Amino acid sequence: MSGPSSGCGLFMSVVVHGDSALNEQEKELNQRLRRLYPAVNEQETPLPRSWSPKDKFSYIGLSQNNLRVHYKGHGKTPKDAASVRATHPIPAACGVYYFEVKIISKGRDGYMGIGLSAQGVNMNRLPGWDKHSYGYHGDDGHSFCSSGTGQPYGPTFTTGDVIGCCVNLINNTCFYTKNGHSLGIAFTDLPPNLYPTVGLQTPGEVVDANFGQHPFVFDIEDYMSEWRTKIQAQIDHFPVGEREGEWQAMLQKMVASYLVHHSYCATAEAFAKSTDQAVQEELASIKNRQNIQKLVLSGRMGEAIETTQQLYPSLLESNPDLLFMLKVRQFIEMVNGTDSEVRCLGGRSPKSQDSYPDSPCPFSSPTHKSSCTQVSLTGFESNCCNGVSSSKAPASAHSGKTCPSSLAGGDLGSMNGTHSQQQPSTSEVDMEVDHFTNGTTESSSNGFLNGSSTHGVEPEDCDTDMEVEPAQFKRQLCGGSQVAIEKMIHFGRELQSLSEHLRRERGKNATNRKMLRDAFSLLAYSDPWSSPVGYQLDSIQREPVCSTLNSAILETYNLPKQPPLAQAVGQAAQCLSLMARTGIGSCAFASVDDYLH
Amino acid sequence: MACLLEAPLRISVLSEVTATSRHYVDRLFDPDPQKVLQGVIDMKNAVIGNNKQKANLIVLGAVPRLLYLLQQGSSSEELRTECAVVLGSLAMGTENNIKSLVDCHLIPALLQALVFPDLIFIEACLRCLRTVLISPVTPVQLLYTDPTVVPHLMSLMNQSLRTQEYTTQIIFHCCKTPEHQTVLFNHGAIQNIAPLLISTSYKVRIQALKCFSVLAYENTQVSLTLVNVIVNGELLSSIFVRMMQRDKPIEMQLTAAKCLTYMCRAGAIRTDDCCIVLKTLPCLVRMCSKEHLLEQRVEGAETLAFLLEPDVELQRIASITDQLVAMLADYFKYPSSLDHDLKHAHELRQAAFKLYASLGSNDEDIRKKITETENMMDRIVSGLSESSIKVRLAAVRCLHSLSRSVQQLRTSFHDHAVWKPLMKLLQNAPDEVLVMASSTLCNLLLEFSPSKEPILESGVIDLLCSLTHSESPALRVNGIWALMNMAFQGDQKVKMEILQSLGTEQLFCLLSDTDPNVLMKTLGLLRNLLSTRPHIDQIMSTHGKQIMQAVTLILEGDHSMEIKEQTICILANIADGSTAKDLIMTNDDMLQKMKYYMGHSNVKLQLAATYCISNLIWNEEDGSQARQDKLREMGFVDVLHKLTQALDPNLCDRAKTAMQQYLA
Repeated sequence: MSGPSSGCGLFMSVVVHGDSALNEQEKELNQRLRRLYPAVNEQETPLPRSWSPKDKFSYIGLSQNNLRVHYKGHGKTPKDAASVRATHPIPAACGVYYFEVKIISKGRDGYMGIGLSAQGVNMNRLPGWDKHSYGYHGDDGHSFCSSGTGQPYGPTFTTGDVIGCCVNLINNTCFYTKNGHSLGIAFTDLPPNLYPTVGLQTPGEVVDANFGQHPFVFDIEDYMSEWRTKIQAQIDHFPVGEREGEWQAMLQKMVASYLVHHSYCATAEAFAKSTDQAVQEELASIKNRQNIQKLVLSGRMGEAIETTQQLYPSLLESNPDLLFMLKVRQFIEMVNGTDSEVRCLGGRSPKSQDSYPDSPCPFSSPTHKSSCTQVSLTGFESNCCNGVSSSKAPASAHSGKTCPSSLAGGDLGSMNGTHSQQQPSTSEVDMEVDHFTNGTTESSSNGFLNGSSTHGVEPEDCDTDMEVEPAQFKRQLCGGSQVAIEKMIHFGRELQSLSEHLRRERGKNATNRKMLRDAFSLLAYSDPWSSPVGYQLDSIQREPVCSTLNSAILETYNLPKQPPLAQAVGQAAQCLSLMARTGIGSCAFASVDDYLH
Repeated sequence: MACLLEAPLRISVLSEVTATSRHYVDRLFDPDPQKVLQGVIDMKNAVIGNNKQKANLIVLGAVPRLLYLLQQGSSSEELRTECAVVLGSLAMGTENNIKSLVDCHLIPALLQALVFPDLIFIEACLRCLRTVLISPVTPVQLLYTDPTVVPHLMSLMNQSLRTQEYTTQIIFHCCKTPEHQTVLFNHGAIQNIAPLLISTSYKVRIQALKCFSVLAYENTQVSLTLVNVIVNGELLSSIFVRMMQRDKPIEMQLTAAKCLTYMCRAGAIRTDDCCIVLKTLPCLVRMCSKEHLLEQRVEGAETLAFLLEPDVELQRIASITDQLVAMLADYFKYPSSLDHDLKHAHELRQAAFKLYASLGSNDEDIRKKITETENMMDRIVSGLSESSIKVRLAAVRCLHSLSRSVQQLRTSFHDHAVWKPLMKLLQNAPDEVLVMASSTLCNLLLEFSPSKEPILESGVIDLLCSLTHSESPALRVNGIWALMNMAFQGDQKVKMEILQSLGTEQLFCLLSDTDPNVLMKTLGLLRNLLSTRPHIDQIMSTHGKQIMQAVTLILEGDHSMEIKEQTICILANIADGSTAKDLIMTNDDMLQKMKYYMGHSNVKLQLAATYCISNLIWNEEDGSQARQDKLREMGFVDVLHKLTQALDPNLCDRAKTAMQQYLA
């Protein structure tokens, strides 16, 4: 843009300004919607944000980001009525939903209807006239409940008025507001999945919608707070059975089992004593599990695996996938410089990785978000899935660094060398490489492309840097020890062959393959910690591993692999999303989180 | 020992008292203080939840002894506290218990004892005081007879959450009159209580809020002060608004709405302020909903009626909020089969009538909406003859409000013959009801009201005339007002009947009434009586002398312009008569007065006087020439000529028309 006319420049600046204002509005909208409807999962049920340019009658014109509606028909008879629906139906998980419509102009006769309709209802009509359609009309102030004749309801409305429509998805009612004043219930027994709808009938009629783009005139949050209080009171006062002692005993059992599950020995013992309960598991066994968990959580995977093999000899033998997972984690910890195999070799172990709190804390960790039966496991899987975008990173490592000349070096490059050396020997590796390449094309659109291209150049600089000024790096590969790096690479090869062995024995396993690939990808970066796959090095990633191992141990003792408490929490969360799907609005005001604090 | 019972009674009661109760009392007199303490503690355990035991101990004279021990400086702290606890427990019993405690001068005794610094003791004393003072059997005045009591309470308020709760509870229950408000205000109630609104304890917050509701009620001084109070950087009004949020307990929402309503009515908050229009009003409407307790619905409706009364815009908003008009119809659907329920039913009905009255007091559309509510007119009609006077009064207020509508007078009022129960109500009712009923009757007697005829036939004139003899100025006004309306364009028979029934003596008595409203309406009546020529001549032929005298008196007296204008209009009417004219023409003094008023600075008076002169010189009437000549001699032509140059177009026209009489 070196020499455009000043007019063009002005135009550009206006556009830029408009865009930023638009973005600002978008941001405000998203913020408001999230605040008003925190229980809505927009992946499943998106919220209405504008009128639908597809779901309208031809006499309707849309403008201003599909928020302004104007009439462009003849407007001679009621047959010229025209409506438009919002882009999405109102999700039940809103609990209480609200939108406002401002009358910009009443046009010729002000025959405007504001309301709700189900998908498929005739758009050549005003809202309220047909089955599954509901409206409040400006010319007479009547409400129309799926009928051509209205009922006296509220005042008339005209140019300048702001009409609000509130749907209560808990009791399936609807009320309107005029200029911030509630007009009282207009409809009851509403069906689910209604769309915000407006209808116009005479020329000149123009209305603007506010789905949350701007603050509402009516204090809807106050109304919502009343329903939140009501629902919470309902939960608080829910009868828990006649024999209260039983209820208490059950709660104590749940707490005790939770403590035992996570191996809080002393606490569990003390709690069991004070509540007069028997602990199902032997104290020694709990302590063993506690030890193993401590090792995993502090990143000392080698020791953890060893201890497990000692204490539960058949466990890992009969569960090779688990062993594989542990070993992959061990590899990661080696990279991290925290594993027992390498930590003694390194000059110093990075503090940030080493000091891990002793207590596992499943309710604040990522595992928490998971669903009912497999709280921690699904959590783990979802974390892996998060890494999808990183599949491109190893590809760049291959494409950018297949460089035989670096074979001699005992540094990072040698790993690639070894890797490529192995390539001809097995067909499976070829397949993997193919897959990596696919991964590149697949994910080239996501934002890591820039990152990887710079990384593609960087390693060489990095290699020299590392040798010249190793002390400058806070976090160094394998704690900065050359011996450790060799050990790590050796271990990586073993892991690779274990993977191949497993595949031959038990067939392909996508999870395992991906796990390994992500772990190896760490080596593609000069600073793995700040790389797209660096999340693996975060100590929080030890939790799912720890939890899976713990569950596996418990299962061998025929103890539940899930503590009942976590199961109950998971069930409650699952129940809420099921309520949302089946249209029970009270799920909006019963967040499980509210009860965990 | 003032409460010791008379000997014979005491013996008879004692015979029923068990020996154990006596044993407890006896132990209070033990010389060993340790044993006394143990005795009091045992007594405490014995009376908890046992009303019979409480009554027994009171009869046996435990109270004076406990009070004695409590006040005694030599008593240990522990003993004093236990005594206060036992007294508090006794007060929790029946109303008779409380009466006995009050008779034993418990209140001053406790207040005097409150000088000891021990907090637990103070709390126990205040708890006992609270229980006694909030009882309906205790005279509220007891708090105010000793002027040191209120400041003392204020100083004790902020010792702990409990002292805050008890003192605010006492203040809330003992603030019943404007005098009480002033005393409490002057002793810093507002400054002391305001910080409690943000207390951590709900009990304290709600009691503090309740205090403000009773302090601000119809009290401008308190309200104007409240509006400027800041607690923790926040204005009191915004704290009240927060307390009205919909997730707050209903009691808190309602009480906060009351506070803001009272502040608004006292003029401290404008009626178009957001906190009234968007918060207080909708909150009160919500309180009227069926889902709330009866008491809350009643208080909500009454408070809302009070808020809306003076402001038509608020009435309009309320009338569209949450289907209020229809919601109020539910107030009449409460079953009233049981005695207890009947009281509730009455409360609900009167509250609904009050709110309807407020809603409909200005806006025609709202009145229409109200009368169109299911069975509304029938409900008012039956409300007028309800056994409860509160309901009757509220029903007639509602009817009065609706009677301001020309359309309703013509239609629903006539269809439902509301005049019948109204007339019945007027026969014998307390003044309060009479004022409303007669005021409504005034409207029903308006010229266009179809009810006018049947009312006339029911012999209402005597009733109205008797009202003009009432002590109450409001009733005198309404009586004469109704007569005035009746005489407007009435036939000769009715006019004579009014004159006859009222009597000239009473008429002239009313013309010298101290209340300017009465005088004004009486002049109005006279003016209506003196209309159409034959009526004028007839009335003036019989009462001319007195009327002229009364008129002269008023013109010479110290009265408002409106009254003088009305008086000159009467003269103008007289001047329109055939024979009656002479009463003015022969009265040179009166003619001079007319000349004076034609040159007055007030246009309305000029206009009326010109009218009068114009009637006198009107052509085509017998003797007009002579009258014209006489008035010309008196210089009226010059005056008229000058008035033809007047700035006021009406006056100018009138003067020109008069001048034309000379030219013709």
